[in-house]
Order: sequence, then C-alpha cells, then structure tokens
Amino acid sequence: MSNTLNGAGGLTSVPALLHRNATQFGSAPAYREKEFGIWQSWTWSQTNDEIEALALGLLDLGVAEGDFIAVIGRNRPYLYWSMMAAQMVGAVPVPLYQDASAEEMAYTMSHCGARFVIAGDQEQVDKVMEIQGELTEFEAMIYLDPRGLRKYDNANLTQYSAVQEAGRSKRAALEPEMKARIAKLNYDSTCVMLYTSGTTGKPKGVVLSNRNVIETAKSSSEFDDLRQTDDILAYLPMAWVGDFIFSVGQALWCGFCTNCPESADTMHTDLREIGPTYYFAPPRVFENQLTNVMIRMEDASPMKKRLFDYFMGVARKVGPSILDGNPVSLIDRIKYQLGEFAIYGPLKNTLGFSRVRVGYTAGEAIGPEIFDFYRSLGINLKQLYGQTEATVFITAQPDGEVRSDTVGITCPGVELRIAENGEVFYRSPGVFVKYYKNAESTADTKDAEGWVATGDAGFIEESSGHLRIIDRAKDVGQTGNGHMFAPKYVENKLKFFPNILETVVFGNGKPYCTAFVNIDLTAVGNWAERNNIAYASYQELAGHPEVLATIQSHVEEVNASVAQDAMLSDCQVHRFVVLHKQLDADDGELTRTQKVRRRIIEEKFSDIINAMYDGSDTISTTTEVTYEDGRKGAISATLDIRDAAVQTVGAKIAAE
Amino acid sequence: MLDQADGYMTADGRQIGPVVMEMKNITLRFGGVEAIKNISFDIREGEVRAIIGPNGAGKSSMLNVISGFYVPQDGQVLYKGVQRPQMRPYQVAQQGIARTFQNIALFEGMSVLDNVMTGRLTHMKTGMFSQALWKGRAEKEETANREVAERIIDFLEIQAIRKTPVARLPYGLKKRVELARALAAEPSLLLLDEPMAGMNVEEKEDMSRFILSMNDEFGTTIALIEHDMGVVMDLSDRVVVMDYGKKIGDGTPDEVRNNQAVIDAYLGVVHDE
Repeated sequence: MSNTLNGAGGLTSVPALLHRNATQFGSAPAYREKEFGIWQSWTWSQTNDEIEALALGLLDLGVAEGDFIAVIGRNRPYLYWSMMAAQMVGAVPVPLYQDASAEEMAYTMSHCGARFVIAGDQEQVDKVMEIQGELTEFEAMIYLDPRGLRKYDNANLTQYSAVQEAGRSKRAALEPEMKARIAKLNYDSTCVMLYTSGTTGKPKGVVLSNRNVIETAKSSSEFDDLRQTDDILAYLPMAWVGDFIFSVGQALWCGFCTNCPESADTMHTDLREIGPTYYFAPPRVFENQLTNVMIRMEDASPMKKRLFDYFMGVARKVGPSILDGNPVSLIDRIKYQLGEFAIYGPLKNTLGFSRVRVGYTAGEAIGPEIFDFYRSLGINLKQLYGQTEATVFITAQPDGEVRSDTVGITCPGVELRIAENGEVFYRSPGVFVKYYKNAESTADTKDAEGWVATGDAGFIEESSGHLRIIDRAKDVGQTGNGHMFAPKYVENKLKFFPNILETVVFGNGKPYCTAFVNIDLTAVGNWAERNNIAYASYQELAGHPEVLATIQSHVEEVNASVAQDAMLSDCQVHRFVVLHKQLDADDGELTRTQKVRRRIIEEKFSDIINAMYDGSDTISTTTEVTYEDGRKGAISATLDIRDAAVQTVGAKIAAE
Repeated sequence: MLDQADGYMTADGRQIGPVVMEMKNITLRFGGVEAIKNISFDIREGEVRAIIGPNGAGKSSMLNVISGFYVPQDGQVLYKGVQRPQMRPYQVAQQGIARTFQNIALFEGMSVLDNVMTGRLTHMKTGMFSQALWKGRAEKEETANREVAERIIDFLEIQAIRKTPVARLPYGLKKRVELARALAAEPSLLLLDEPMAGMNVEEKEDMSRFILSMNDEFGTTIALIEHDMGVVMDLSDRVVVMDYGKKIGDGTPDEVRNNQAVIDAYLGVVHDE
C-alpha cells in the first residue's frame, strides 16, 4: 500500500496527508470519542471539513505563518484537529502537558512565545489566565468545553465552535490564503514542537520537521504492518512525542482510526469497548492491570481459581513459543486452545486486548514476569526504544524476536553506534531539527554528521543483534577491578521483586558493589499480616529479621542472574542495608518523578555507605526527615548490614 | 429586606429573579414540640439559598415543609405565588421540586445510570405497556431522556461509574449520584439536605464546585441545608439562620457573619479553626 502512496508524491506535509485520506478513505472512521455514553465518530472527510473550518477560523483570528499555537488538554479529537489546523495555516502546534502547573506552563509558553492557545476546558483556561501577565506575546485563547466559562468576560477568549463558525462563514474570502499557505509547506517545514519533560534542567523545545514525522511514521508503519483498518486508543499525554507519532503521524500515514476515551477514569472501560488493534502503554499500566487480575482471581471461586492456575501454567510454558511461531507439541497446542476458550480469551476481552495485533511498551524496564504474562496470553507485546529527539523510534523488536531484556533491532533507516564509554548514538531521518532557541544544547546533543547522543549506555548483543540498554550513560562507571559498573541494570532487577520498592546500588571506583534497599510497605505489610507479624512502624518492619532474610534471598537471586552476564558480572551486590526510611522526594532523595538522585543519597547517607565498605556488621545513624507540612525531624536507627552470596564468574564458566 | 424588589444582582454579577417560594409565618408542631416557630423567608429564582443552624434547630423540618412532606399547622407556603395545597410527594416532584436526602436514598441494587433515569420519570408520558414493548414513541422518549441523563452524568463527572451498581460505591460518590438523580428531573427548585455531610475536604470541594456550576449552567434555584459554615458562606447568596426553631438571622453571608445574635447562638465564642 505504502509504496503506491509514496509514488503518488506530494505527501510531504500533514495537510497533504489529510487531503489524501479525505479523498481516498473519505467514509472510513478517522476519529472517535466517547461522549454522553456513546461513541461519536467522524470520517476522514468530516475530519477534513472540521479541520479546514478551524484553520479558516484561525486565519480570521490573525494567525500568521510561523506563529506558535499552544494546545493544552486531554486527548480529544478537537485538540488533534487543532494541531492539524495550525499546520494548515503554517503555524507550529505546541502541545503542552495538561497536568503542568501554571509556572511550568509560563516557562514553556514564554520560551516559544505562543501567540495563541487552544485550551480544553476551564481548568486550562484558568491556568493560562493566571500567567498571561508574564506572556508578552500571548494574544488570544480558544476554548473547547464551555462549562464554567460562561461568566468569563474576556475579549480574547473565543469558543472553539465559534472560531469554526467564523471560518465557515468567511470561507470564500479566506480560502485562497489557506491554500497558498498549504502550498508553501514542504518536507523541511516544522511539523510540531514538543517539550522534553525536563527531568534534567529546564524543558527543551524539540523541533520536528515534516520529514522527521512522516518518514518515521512511514517506516514504523511498514515495520509493524500497520493498516488502514487499525484502531488505537489515544490516552497518553498529547505533549508526549509517542502520542503525536501514533495518533497523528502514523494515523495520518496509514489512515487508521484514533479513539479518544470519555475521561481519564473510563480509560479501561473504553479500552475494552474499542478493543484496539495497535496499543501502547508504559510498563506501569501493564503492571497495574496484572495486579488487578491477580487480586480478583484471589476472590474467585475455588473452581475458577484452579482452572485459572492450571491454564496459566500451560500458557507460561507454551504461550510465548506459539506466539513466536516456534515448534510446540500437539498435546500442548490442544491444551492451549482449550485455555484460549476457557481462560485466555475471556481474560483478554476483559482487559480490552482481544484484538491487539501489535502492542508496545517502553519508557522503563518491564519486569520479565509481567511481560511474559501478557505474551503467554497470546498478546503480541513488544518493546521499543526511542526518544523525542529521534521522533520516537530508534530500535524496536520485530515479531518473533521478542524478549523482556532487549529493546530490539534498529528500526528501518536508523543507524546505531556505541561509543567507547558505552553510550548509544544514532542517526536517522527522524533526528530532530534543533532545540528551539538553544543552539548550545543542540550542538551538545547532535554532531555535524547528524549523530545524536542518547545519554543511555548500552550494547548490542552479539548473538541476536538486539540492543540492550543498561543505564544512563552518566551513571555508568567502573568498579575497582576495572569492570563496567551499571547501577540501574542491577536496581531494575531488584525492583522486579514486589517486596522491593526502591534500591540504590553503589560501586563506582569501589572494590565491590553494595546496595540500599527500600521495602514496599504494601507488599511486605501484606505478607506480615498474613504471617501474624506485628509491627508498629515502617522502621520496625524494615528491620525485622525475617524481612531481611527475604530481601537477602532476593539479592542473591539477582546476583545469580547478574553473574550470567559476562560484561556486568562485577555488579553483583556483596553487601546491602535495608534502609530505615523510605526515600522521598520531600527529602530531596528522589525527583518529583520518583527517580533516584544518586549524588544526594551518597552524601546524605555517607556514614552507612562507609560502614558497608569497612566491614562493620551494624551502623547507628540519625537521618533528618522533612514531613509533608514542611516541618523537620530526625529519626535514628541501628541498621544491620547483610552479606549476600555472590557467584564467581569463573565458576559459572566452569559449570557450562 | 428584599421582599418588594423584583430581584437583585449578586456580587459576582448574576441576576437573581423574582420570588419562587415564599414561607409566611410558618409554625410546625409535633404534638407539644414546636419545631418551627413563626418563620418567614423567601427563595428567589436563580439563587443559592442556605438554611443553617445548630443541631436540632429545625433545619430539616424546614426543608420538609418546603418540599411539602410536612404541612405546617400555621402559616402559608406560596409556590410561584400560589398557596400550596396539601400534596403527595409525587405531586411535589411534578411541580418541579427535586431533593436529595441527608441519609442517601438511592436504589442500591440498580446501576448509577438507572438511578439517574428514575429522575426522569416525571418527564415520561408513555405508559407502562408501551414502554415494555419499547416501540415508536416509547423508544424515542427513552432515547431523549437518556440523553438528558447522560449530559448530567457528564456534568457531574461520573462517567466511569455509569454502569456500576450503587451499592458498590463509596459514600461521597453516592451523594453525587443522588445529586445527579435530582438534577435529572430538571427541577426549578432543588433542595439539598446536608450535601457535604460526612465528606472529606476534597469531596466537599468537588461538591461545592458542582453546586456552583449547576446554578451557573442550568440556572437552577438551590436551597440547601448545611452545618459546615465555611462551605455555606462560600456557596450561598443569602442565608437563613435558625436556632431552636426560630429565625435569628437572614441576609447575605457577610450580614449573617456580623449578626451578633447569630454569632452568639450559633458560632459561639471565636476559636481557631
């Protein structure tokens, strides 16, 4: 399909693709949104009309070429149309995170100098009004949902439908201008600007061209054989590059249908009703769904539970092989078919995954058990690796070559290079144009030949050619023996145990590796309750000998698994401490997005770290804590330092 | 007082219309107990009118008089200028008065949607048999009513529990469902009996937001009983204060707040909150 389309030529901009879809798939559904309990839908030709009306309305409001238009709100067809309408008049859409605070929005909006804002509802309108004093270039705002806004008396506030109405009524006068602007768009015109989340410093505006978006959409759609008849559910933040590529890039390229949930809370019901064929979710979502299934199975009748346990055993054994097309015995196939009828089918239906042909997860490491659970049900869940600067796709797993510990092979058109220090570099047609108003960062990230530094360290597995990401490059170091030290690689393995909430591994330049462990109060507390272990506080539970023994067994299991990896075998944890307090963003130990801040933890707990390296068995320490209301206090504790068994790599080679 | 005027303008610029309901010298007795003693006040179109008072002040009795459930021994209740005869509850509903209850009174076994749909009953004209057959007019009617119900579900942000049986919902959501059902009747006067009772701060904030936007969006006249003072003062246009069955204050929240009788009787000694 795509070859003939490519041959048709001229598909070098979003309006061009939209026009093609409106003429070629005119009566096929393009967007659906559940509203008032019913799925409302728009065909491609209706979508085109709506977008054109809005684009004409924007012209009427005085939008000039090159203007930035901020789009803020939850996933709704109208807001996707806003972005496309902006492109039609030569403006640049800038989707912003809807849960951003007013100050964060003030930064991004004044950075890009947005003249216009299209806001979803009163909440977003209020935020913009709060900061409009700081926005020198801001002129007018368009709002979608009028609820609560009737009383607002503001000349620069217009309802979305009124803008479209104005556009429709002045069509004759404005259409030539719109057509002229569309004609000027080419492959190098800016398609969209997306702000990075800004975990390290201020958010940066990533400028993506039509070439970036369309080339990436084209090659990734071919990679996964995406079709015009596919359905996706758009529920991830519109400001995130992934959503832009799935719901705008690939949706336009393939002409498939984007479905928007009724509200954030109804996402799971809507997912079930739509049954998407192409689905993306971060690992957290899959994890929550699995937990819900397991909790509900605990309450099921014994008969149902036994059936479930039996068939899940079958699925775990042969499910992934069947999915990958590997040989499986006839008996097992029959059992799996029975399971499909009795358990897997209904379960997939409940989860909304009955029709999923291609499913992706990315963003963080996914626990192998979670990953295998979905795959064993016959859901084609895969991993990909990407970032905003690459227009998402760097590597992805092809069908049939899926594993939980790799992120796949390079996507079509992408070149990959691993630097001396292990950092991954890539070059592709999707490589971003620049960081807006930030030539310095652009030069730091992208070299003259177009290679982009990912900031992640990884290696290409020789046996399969798959990329494996081990850590952030700046955290990777060397152990005292000169071997590679990748703390996150070990931490992720530890965190896959439900009992472990958070962990920090040390060892850069040290003779051996050590770890801090935070127990998960929910999981461990639940266990304590079932085993009649009384505890009064987090601290007491964390110091319980049986808890320590359990954590020790987890650490040793991880050591055994780390030892399998010749490159990283020196990262085994020799000694560990279960911390007396939970690492907390209020104490500065985690970022607001719950990521570990190593330097601060190293400083704050230096006495405990030293004790782990000087051979002591216990350490008494006092730690300052900040309560939620800002008051400060101190907790003191005597902590056990535990030794964990490690595998010698030599022994492992001998055992083979 | 405002009795003679056609209405007034609120501080936030809403036009309040003429009197919808007027209570004239109401006295209500249960045997020898005088629950309400000679009280007069009015409720105007488009306003949020609160009745406050300490426990046992007679607030709920007053609301029951307004809703027509109790008939006062003395005094007149004028609804839209007409003296109200003794009525059955369904006749009150047909007059366009809807209410919620202090102790939630929903159909526990039914879904949220079905509960909201019961609020539409006064707007349905087809009979039981044609509804059972669900052909022609009955079908059209249900579709139209379902749309109204769905708009209210959307308005109160309870889409996610549309199909959930009410019995499974937490208290705060049940309160919201009850509000949805009352709103589904498209009432011209909505009576809320302690809408915030037993709620946490967040739920109270949500409820306040809904009450205000309801009034704003649909222009619904709202009379509410509440003993959370902070909430009442923020929400209401005018407040009636009762104590031991007597009216001890009536006016805007500011007037009431500075009324010495009210301070003495209800708010008591100033303390930190």
